[in-house]
Amino acid sequence: MLAELTAIAFNEEGFMTDPNEWTKEIAEVLAQQEAIETLTAEHWKIIDFCRQTGLASGNAPTLRQISAGTGISTKELFALYPKGPAKKVAKIAGLGKPEGCV
Amino acid sequence: MTDQPRKIAFICSKGDLDMAYPALIMGWAALGNGIDVTMFFTFWGLDLVTKKRVDRLEIAPVANTSFKMSMMGLPTGNLGIPNIMGIIPGMTAFATWFMKMKMKALDVPPVREYLEMLSDGGAKMYGCKMTVDMFGIKKEDFLPCIESVVTAGDFMDMTEGAQIVFI
Repeated sequence: MLAELTAIAFNEEGFMTDPNEWTKEIAEVLAQQEAIETLTAEHWKIIDFCRQTGLASGNAPTLRQISAGTGISTKELFALYPKGPAKKVAKIAGLGKPEGCV
Repeated sequence: MTDQPRKIAFICSKGDLDMAYPALIMGWAALGNGIDVTMFFTFWGLDLVTKKRVDRLEIAPVANTSFKMSMMGLPTGNLGIPNIMGIIPGMTAFATWFMKMKMKALDVPPVREYLEMLSDGGAKMYGCKMTVDMFGIKKEDFLPCIESVVTAGDFMDMTEGAQIVFI
C-alpha cells in the first residue's frame, strides 16, 4: 500500500507539496493514515469539491466553504472526517493546509 | 503528541459584540485541529447564548481607547472618537452596525450562527449557575447549544487537564 507514497513529496506537516501528483489511489492510502478506513460516496463528494475549488483558487477551502459548497452540514462533516474535517480533507485531497479562520 | 487528546476551555464573561468573537474564533480553530472544546458562559457572557440578546449584542465607542477614526478608512491616524461624541444617541448603534458590516465582508458568521457551528462541531457549552440564579434566566431562554447550567465547581471537574482561556 505504501508503495504509492514513496515517490510523493510531503511537507513537514504531512500535506502533499504538489497537488498534481495526487491520484484517487493515493487518497485511499492517505485516508487510512488519517484513520478513515473506507472512503464512501459522501467522503468523495467532499474530496471532489475540495479538489475542484482548491485547484482553482490555489487554497484548500475552509470548513464553512465546504459546507456551503457541498450542502453537507457541519455535523455531518465532523462525522465523516472526525477531529478537524477541513484539515483532514485537504490532506487526503493532496492540497495544502486550509488558511483562514472560519 | 501525547495519547490524551488536547483540551481547551473558554470562560466567556463579556457580552459586548467585540468580546463575543475571540472564543468563537479560537474555539472553531480548535475544533478544526481536533481539539476538545468546552465553553462556560458567565455573567455578561450569558448574553451570547440567550435567545433575546444574541442578535442584539453591541459595541460602544465610549471609553474604548482602541476606537480610532482611521478604522473607518479616514486618514486620521491615531485620532480617536472623542468620548463626548461617543455619548451622542446612535453612536453605539453606528459602531455596532460598522463592526457587523466589517465582519460580514470577511465572511465571518453572526454570533448565533457561529455558536450553532461550534455546537455542531462538538463543542460543549454550559451556563453559569450562579449568574443564572442572579439574573433569573430560565433554561428556555437559552439557545439550544447550551447543554445545561452548571456550577463553577462542575466546570472545574469537567475541564480537568484542559487549557483554560478567560475572556
